[in-house]
Amino acid sequence: MAEIVLDNVTKRYPDGALAVDKISLDIADGEFVILVGPSGCGKSTTLNMIAGLEDITEGELRIGGKVVNNEAPKDRDIAMVFQSYALYPHMTVRENMGFALKLAKTPQNVINEKVEEAARILDLTQHLDRKPANLSGGQRQRVAMGRAIVRDPQAFLMDEPLSNLDAKLRVQTRTSVSRLQRRLGTTMVYVTHDQTEAMTLGDRLAVMRSGVLQQAGTPKELYDRPVNLFVAGFIGSPAMNFMGATLEEGSLRTAIGDLPVSAPLRQVLERSSVGRNVIVGLRPEDFEDAALVSADNRGFGVTFHATVDVLESVGSDVFAYFSQDSDLSARSDQLADLAADSGADDTADAEETVTARLDAATTLREGQDAELWADLRPMHVFDPESGRNLALEATAGAAAS
Amino acid sequence: MAAVATTGKQKVGWGTANTIVVALALIPLLWIISLSFKTPAAITDASFWPQQWTLSNYFGSTGILDTSTFIRPLLNSIGIGLIATFIAVVLASMAAYAVARLAFPGKQLLIGMALLIAMFPQISLVTPMFSIERALGLFNTWPGLIIPYIAFGLPLGIYILSAFFREIPWELEKAAKMDGATPFQAFTKVIAPLAAPGMVTTAILVFLFCWNEFLFAISFTSTISSRTAPAALAFFSGSSQFTAPTGPISAAAVVITIPIIIFVLFFQRRIVAGLTSGAVKG
Repeated sequence: MAEIVLDNVTKRYPDGALAVDKISLDIADGEFVILVGPSGCGKSTTLNMIAGLEDITEGELRIGGKVVNNEAPKDRDIAMVFQSYALYPHMTVRENMGFALKLAKTPQNVINEKVEEAARILDLTQHLDRKPANLSGGQRQRVAMGRAIVRDPQAFLMDEPLSNLDAKLRVQTRTSVSRLQRRLGTTMVYVTHDQTEAMTLGDRLAVMRSGVLQQAGTPKELYDRPVNLFVAGFIGSPAMNFMGATLEEGSLRTAIGDLPVSAPLRQVLERSSVGRNVIVGLRPEDFEDAALVSADNRGFGVTFHATVDVLESVGSDVFAYFSQDSDLSARSDQLADLAADSGADDTADAEETVTARLDAATTLREGQDAELWADLRPMHVFDPESGRNLALEATAGAAAS
Repeated sequence: MAAVATTGKQKVGWGTANTIVVALALIPLLWIISLSFKTPAAITDASFWPQQWTLSNYFGSTGILDTSTFIRPLLNSIGIGLIATFIAVVLASMAAYAVARLAFPGKQLLIGMALLIAMFPQISLVTPMFSIERALGLFNTWPGLIIPYIAFGLPLGIYILSAFFREIPWELEKAAKMDGATPFQAFTKVIAPLAAPGMVTTAILVFLFCWNEFLFAISFTSTISSRTAPAALAFFSGSSQFTAPTGPISAAAVVITIPIIIFVLFFQRRIVAGLTSGAVKG
């Protein structure tokens, strides 16, 4: 069967640069796994190693139970779709799709049958005798996928196949990729830097940073229970808000007030070598206009006052942006990476802005001193040094005891 | 090309300059053509165009096209040119592919040496090569000319073709690799067809070089069995030992030059594209 197992796979370049550092990941047969992360995190290198286009320095790669470290790409029975499609310009669509089969000396009638079948699935039948230069971007992308499908491989590898398409087409093609994978039932390993694509398409996501696997799990797991600062800030749009906090007298002092700390969490904080300063994470949807919060729910969080800098209404929600006191703002190298990736380090005072997603019924105005409420149940607490999510450990500990 | 607005005066100025340049280029050619149609007696008369047009320099007992002293060298030129071109293009494309794609120790040295060969003065090689060819038994044979022509055509070919190969995206070869092609299959089925314009340009330029080449042709041949056309011209004999065979020489020059002119006119775009392809990216 076609499960792919990466066992401590490492890629070190001759000049010593470490592109991928001991990544271990099990991909089950028929699973749709997405490697996601910022530019330069090693996800494309990992994909190339699975494909056989790059050598594996250390570790083992097993496809279908067989170690394939030294096998040529064509012997691994996997097909790849490239970011730039890499269609052969001098061949027609039909010839492009049939090239691999022709090299394998398949009889011509079998080739024709398979090419026509794939063309039917991808709605390319009327373009079969045209050259790639005469096709639109979306059509070329489908031809690239057709070239992979025709080979009926054990697994598909896709390297950012949607990044060359315009935004609307990207959304449409995303759903067609998802449907295709479900229809064919083939294992798929997909690389992207777009976390929205990752969240919507994958059965499981693997977040990478600087060559190291940060966390692998279902989209929901990564969203609700991120293991560190990087995953917390990378997954979810708009991103999670991070605020500096100091642990004093059993509560966390932050820019939005003193937040009570539950007993298990206090134990974890005191037990660990974290020191006084931590980082508190709250997602935009954890905030609300205090006037709209029912009395029953108020107890689960804290209310505070803040001046609304900018108010954006998208119809279904209202996004309120306010600043926090910069002395207490969060600092960490994982956050610096996130800021570099999102471009926030180039924007003035982006670090100190907190984003809140409010119900559309709110009557708040820009510049108004508003009373807001923050739900503390989903609050995350991180160690600034290592980035570890301490709140997770607390809930795990509480669940165990 | 941006259109430059020219005043009437500028147009006259440019027109005059163009006419002078074109005239300077064309007049010698027209003169040779006219000489080729003149009778031997009329060669030294002062008129530009023949008073009496004659084909005796081309056909008939004194005509070049009816004697083996010219037909054989013409065939030699064509044969040697084609063989040298073919081998040079094949070797140059393989070398250019390596230069464009791979990083190997000594690559810069190799490119430098290729450039050095192209710039080396041919005259200084004549004497040593003469001895070498005699020793190897290559003197006055087709290979005796083909081999030096390949050597001098390769740097040009490598230079042009590596520029073409660099334009072809790396990912096409990766895609071919994923499709199951061996490197040789990837080269022949995917890369070479895309570099075909470059190969045609290289072939044209190398052929022109072989066709016009004079120094090696007269130095390394002694009989018409392997002498090429430009060299054969130098050995034409006139009707008596005191007359210079201007008529036959002019006729031969016309026969040698006119096809090339037509050839170049036909392919001029390609030739310019080939020579400038590496200069501007995209």
